[in-house]
Amino acid sequence: MTKPKIAFYWCASCGGCEEAVVDLGEGLLTVVELVEVAFWPVALDFKREDVEALEDGELAAAFINGAVRTSEQEEMARLLRRKSAAVVAFGSCAILGGVPGLANLYEGRDILDLVYHQVPSVDNGDGTLPAPESRVAEGELTLPAFDATVRTLDQVIGVDYYLPGCPPPAGLIASAVTALVEGKLPARGAVLAPDVALCSECPRAATKPDKLLVRAFRRPHQMLIDPELCLLAQGLVCLGPATRAGCAAACPGGNMPCTGCMGPTSSVVDYGAKALSAMASLLDADGEDEVAARVAEIVDPVGTFYRYSLPASLLHRRVRPAARDEKEEVAP
Amino acid sequence: MTGQILIDPMTRLEGHGKIQIFLDDDGGVDRAYLQVPELRGFEKFAQGRRAEDMPQITSRICGVCPMAHHMAATKALDDLYQVDPPPAGRKIRELLYSTFMVEDHALHFFFLGGPDFIVGPDAARQKRNILGVVDAVGLEVGKEVIGVRKQLRDLVAAVAGKAVHPVFGLPGGVSQSLSSEVRQQAAAAAARAVEFGQFALGAFRAIVLGNAGYVDLVTSEAYTHRTYYLGLVDEANKVNFYDGRLRVVRPDGTELLTFAGRDYLGHVAEHVEPWTYMKFCFLKDVGWTGFADGADSGVYGVAPLARLNAADGMATPRAQEAYEEFVTTLGPGPVHHTLANHWARIIELVYAAERMAELADDPEITDPQVRTLPTAAPREGVGVVEAPRGTLFHHYQTDERGLVTAANLIVATQNNAARIALSVDKAARALIRNGQVSDGLLNQVEMAFRAYDPCFGCSTHSLPGQMPLIVDVRDAGGALLREIRRD
Repeated sequence: MTKPKIAFYWCASCGGCEEAVVDLGEGLLTVVELVEVAFWPVALDFKREDVEALEDGELAAAFINGAVRTSEQEEMARLLRRKSAAVVAFGSCAILGGVPGLANLYEGRDILDLVYHQVPSVDNGDGTLPAPESRVAEGELTLPAFDATVRTLDQVIGVDYYLPGCPPPAGLIASAVTALVEGKLPARGAVLAPDVALCSECPRAATKPDKLLVRAFRRPHQMLIDPELCLLAQGLVCLGPATRAGCAAACPGGNMPCTGCMGPTSSVVDYGAKALSAMASLLDADGEDEVAARVAEIVDPVGTFYRYSLPASLLHRRVRPAARDEKEEVAP
Repeated sequence: MTGQILIDPMTRLEGHGKIQIFLDDDGGVDRAYLQVPELRGFEKFAQGRRAEDMPQITSRICGVCPMAHHMAATKALDDLYQVDPPPAGRKIRELLYSTFMVEDHALHFFFLGGPDFIVGPDAARQKRNILGVVDAVGLEVGKEVIGVRKQLRDLVAAVAGKAVHPVFGLPGGVSQSLSSEVRQQAAAAAARAVEFGQFALGAFRAIVLGNAGYVDLVTSEAYTHRTYYLGLVDEANKVNFYDGRLRVVRPDGTELLTFAGRDYLGHVAEHVEPWTYMKFCFLKDVGWTGFADGADSGVYGVAPLARLNAADGMATPRAQEAYEEFVTTLGPGPVHHTLANHWARIIELVYAAERMAELADDPEITDPQVRTLPTAAPREGVGVVEAPRGTLFHHYQTDERGLVTAANLIVATQNNAARIALSVDKAARALIRNGQVSDGLLNQVEMAFRAYDPCFGCSTHSLPGQMPLIVDVRDAGGALLREIRRD
């Protein structure tokens, strides 16, 4: 029997998804025995032409991590789509845009100006900026233009499966590869993780009050966090109720709140809006003043509720203001 | 024949980059340019975020060294809130940081940089990878490498929540104390890491030092630059990854100065070029005089070789022994051979493993007091650590609510950027003659910068992805003579 061929590719990512694959440990050697890795640029010296030489649909699956930001990434995504029977969006950035998707809050030129002109360590008296074309003594040099807009993978190509997490947990990766090898993948469009809220697998679940009410939101640096008690019950913004399970509640296990990297369950369109409404439903406040006070305790709504999902949100990016100030619009 | 060679993408690197090589009339190298084609702008979208979220947000700059960003950010929060961790909090941080250094250095030596030596610089590209390493050294060794890393990363996850993108750093300490079970787990992992360090050192001796051809390659002029070096040192001027003063030595090995992390703006500045998104650090005390080595140029190096050069030795016995062998073989004085980074990296791996063992052996590390709660109003904080790839600076300013108003990040590879550019240029000059370019030669040019373990994802906080690698050869009129692509 010929082994199924698979590819790993990274678009705009941090490399953590690749580490998660390496972290399969001996499991990685098992995977290598079951499948033929046809393309994996971070670890293997294969070329794009090796992918181009494949028949269309010859790859059983392409695991693509990272968001899409450059034309080169878009081209590779399209090429892998053509060559693959199944495309798996791997990790928060490919699925939701991820932390670097917060760049969608700004224009590219704002970022360039800050990085090359404003930061205190830069020594740039003549105001040089990286440019698409520049002339040096020996000839012409080109750079890709800088684009601040981050897109999710399924905003660029069709995606068959979603493997969530920042990075995806080892257990979910292993079951996805096993399902692939055994031909037991679920219906296309599935998220390869349990479709229940994170609280269901949190070791603190038993301490979550039946009727949970938050009198005041607190921040992790302001308090000693009880290692056993439900984090919401301690007044911390823990996004477990709005977030998909599958990571064994790793962050609460590290005695810190869930920040939502696994994304929403299948019934939710806009993760941030869902997370915000989950927190709002816990407010124990009477009257508008108290509500306003509680809301003011959440000092950074965008970074708190859309930390991984701004490009996938209904807004997708900063709404270019006509005559508004610098405040960001957040879905209500 | 004047021509242009573009190497695009580089593989086995955590990020993007390309090398553009211009040939002169004789087909020799006129100049090679290393270009980093991406930028993400973490400094920009840090603005408005909660300061206490920075350890988790900035770790997303790099999933290979998330602990380095997490820790630099956490130390910046200590400074921001003017709060010191209690002894156990500090020790837990250093234990996990040492654990991370061992596994990251092991990843580089065996998975990324090592294949060049272990499999061979001229080997077929399908073999120059971890699977080729496993073929060369045997499956058992391959399993040991994978097994050690797994044990180390499981330890990090047990304390920090996750190995990739840890969550345990808070101003004034860590999020949870260390149980005695986890302390035993740490002691076992440390013992295995110490043994593994000795094994890696032995492997390096046998494979590289035992091969006269490799030794000639390491010490060849093509891979040599006489620059300044920067690294964190403890009170005894020994290498330290977690804390200490920054020490700068001249190309002749004498001390130029030492400074505290908080004063970095007085000594480190960034130069901008229009042809790359990478900024080039230089020493303010010396000044930017272009891409040049020597005592008159502010170009400096960081990372394992630079750290050994900037220090007077290692703080643990086995690492010190290995350091002495290193200095006896390649010294005296600073070692300027870029490829010696691989040796220095293993010596550091040995130190990190021994430091893990010391900390795991310290009963105070299980003390339940691991946090000091902040009381001061936040304003400004700087945090510095030695990342695997060199000195890492995080600098934040906040409003009175602790929301970030300004962030500045100078990451490891950026400190090295000018020296890496020099290395690539010089290696290209030595290895490309008469316009002749083979795959093995290109790989040797890549070796020049792979030795630094560069992380272009980190260095531009860019979105790392596959690095395009194209070779364009152009004639004097700029017409394309030949193109080699590696993508």
